[in-house]
Amino acid sequence: MSVKKKFKGLSDKAVGWLFIGPTVLLLLAINIYPLVYAIKMSFTNFYANKIGREPQFVGLKNYIKVLNKEAIWEKMQVTASFMFWTLLLQAIIGLGLALLLNRKFKGNELLTTLIVLPMMLSPAVVGVFWTYLYNPQVGLFNYVVNFFYDLGSFDMIGSSTLAPWAIVIVDTWMWTPFTMLICLAGLRSVPNYLYEAAEVDRASKWQQFIYITLPSVLPFLLLALLFRGIENFKMFDMVVELTSGGPGSATELASINLKREAFEKWKTGYSSAFAVILFVTIFGFGNVYVKVMNKIKER
Amino acid sequence: MILLFVSLFSFSVNSNAKSITLGWAAWDPANALQELTKEFTSETGIEVNFEFVPWPNFADRMLNELNNKGKTFDLLIGDSQWIGAGAVYGHYVKLNDFFDKEGISMSDFSPATVYAYSTWPKGSENYYALPAMGDALAWAYRKDWFDRPELKSEFKKKHGYDLGVPADWNQLHDMCSFFQGREIDGQKRYGAAINTERGSEGITMGVTAAMYAWGMEYENPNKPYDMEGYFNSPQAVEAVEFYRKLYEDCAPPGHSDAYMVANLDAYKSGQVAFQMNWYAFWPGVSKEDSGGRVSGFFANPKQNVAAATLGGQGISVVKYSDKQDLALEYIKWFARPDVQQKWWDLGGYSCHNDVLNSPSFPTSTVYAQGFLDSMGIVKDFWQEPTFVELMLPMQEAIHDYVVNGKGTAKGALDKIIEEWVEVFEADGKL
Repeated sequence: MSVKKKFKGLSDKAVGWLFIGPTVLLLLAINIYPLVYAIKMSFTNFYANKIGREPQFVGLKNYIKVLNKEAIWEKMQVTASFMFWTLLLQAIIGLGLALLLNRKFKGNELLTTLIVLPMMLSPAVVGVFWTYLYNPQVGLFNYVVNFFYDLGSFDMIGSSTLAPWAIVIVDTWMWTPFTMLICLAGLRSVPNYLYEAAEVDRASKWQQFIYITLPSVLPFLLLALLFRGIENFKMFDMVVELTSGGPGSATELASINLKREAFEKWKTGYSSAFAVILFVTIFGFGNVYVKVMNKIKER
Repeated sequence: MILLFVSLFSFSVNSNAKSITLGWAAWDPANALQELTKEFTSETGIEVNFEFVPWPNFADRMLNELNNKGKTFDLLIGDSQWIGAGAVYGHYVKLNDFFDKEGISMSDFSPATVYAYSTWPKGSENYYALPAMGDALAWAYRKDWFDRPELKSEFKKKHGYDLGVPADWNQLHDMCSFFQGREIDGQKRYGAAINTERGSEGITMGVTAAMYAWGMEYENPNKPYDMEGYFNSPQAVEAVEFYRKLYEDCAPPGHSDAYMVANLDAYKSGQVAFQMNWYAFWPGVSKEDSGGRVSGFFANPKQNVAAATLGGQGISVVKYSDKQDLALEYIKWFARPDVQQKWWDLGGYSCHNDVLNSPSFPTSTVYAQGFLDSMGIVKDFWQEPTFVELMLPMQEAIHDYVVNGKGTAKGALDKIIEEWVEVFEADGKL
């Protein structure tokens, strides 16, 4: 029986549902159901490891506890600082590299390939090998820094001042290529005639950058930063391998704290409330950001 | 063809039925146990599969398995602190009836190990594990450096006493700082590789070695869970301050998130004069002495009292196992004195009195006497079912103070008590 005959009698809408049905089911099973379950749990005092103890409804107690806990706000500050610096550096360096690679020169393709290599690696692996690079005695990073400017022995991941920068540097090293690639796509979509017209109008290179390049590439850059922002808000593996959230809690991001509360302390109700708060935060920020981005695009 | 298929199938069913899986941490003693177990298999025909999990993930992996009522493991060699959760949440099979039936007596094992690895509630006669691997936190040092005449005389001139096994923590600090930054054989050396790990239990195990020696108690002996004035007593505060001083003055650069393997690496690579670590590693360290390196070992030094941090594990039968009978057979075999002797000979730390009380035991290895001394003075972290919830705030607060240099020792201990009170309240203990 041909496919045509098989689907004979089915409306276009029904065929459409047939195609997206499995995806919707999967989405419901692995995304929506856990989300609803977590929301439900967030109103209870459930501990997943306390077998036989029935969860009791505690209303908003977990939410109040999370929001009133000073330590949680410290982790949120650490996360915000990590996001701010990584996004800023990735935007500047990513755009700079994209501008560089948008020019035609010998070895351009090879250089592009080399630059994107870090983002192909596993974050956990990156975390582990950067611990060696940061080793104060034999680490390449410390050697290079001391080669240019003699700081003596310094411990990037053992110092509360340097450790937050240690994770920012690694994330920037790993993910700047992503921002660069998206910006490069944006740069290559700018029609040449705009630059030709600007040349005719005797616009300087700087003016061309400000009035043509930047507005054209900005929506792409913002999109890349949205992706990176969401990812970095959830950052876990690389930082755990690199610092375990230490020293003390200097690099304990919100997601690391959430994992400890949920799967080490097994405070399921409390951590569900924390997870919901994080979800609402990122969802809210994401929506506002997309609206702003759309307005910029419309200009 | 069908016959062949049937016979193959029946073979696979049989082999499955006669095999059990044992879970433990991935470290030297696990390899010794694997070697020892070959005899069990040849005696009984029961295959034993091993799953060894690296230490940083050991607790997560095993406790998740137990919480999910997993059937992966029939036998589990779990940390001493897990015994409370294993008993209260029903993860471990209670072994009293089995011990009675098979004539296995807990009085045949070292009392400290029975108390720590087998009983819940603590000190009761409810047994959930057989003491499998005695262990305590101890120290190894570079005896070859200590024996150098020029270093010995320089040290004596500086401190007025001999360079040797430190009698207390003050001497330990003197010796560690003596080696800090010193050039020996053309290389810069450092004092001591001590526990500073943040993620699991490392820094807690390290700092408690000092706190116990200063005489810290977790709680009021007459009023359980009353910690104020005990856990944050002036002695406990002084011990934590001392540990920070030891870290600042004597640890090699970059030793800010280090536990067992990192300490071993620092020592084996010749960076440090001392390493803090578990007895479990000493057979390996001792065997691998080469290139002029000679190791000496000693129990945790005393300060106000003699005390050491307890390590080690008991072997338990997992309640969710479908092969409990085979698992119990393994325990019966493992409890035999002759097997226990072989266990020690292979590098495991037997807790059996026949082994420990043998006249030849103290001289059987260079670390045997230290092990005996340590097992008489061990103290453990909380063994409550909520021990992970109790461990994590301590890890954070102590790391913040010792490594991060934030706040005060008293502040860190107060903060830990605050968190512990919350945990005990949630658990209905307070």
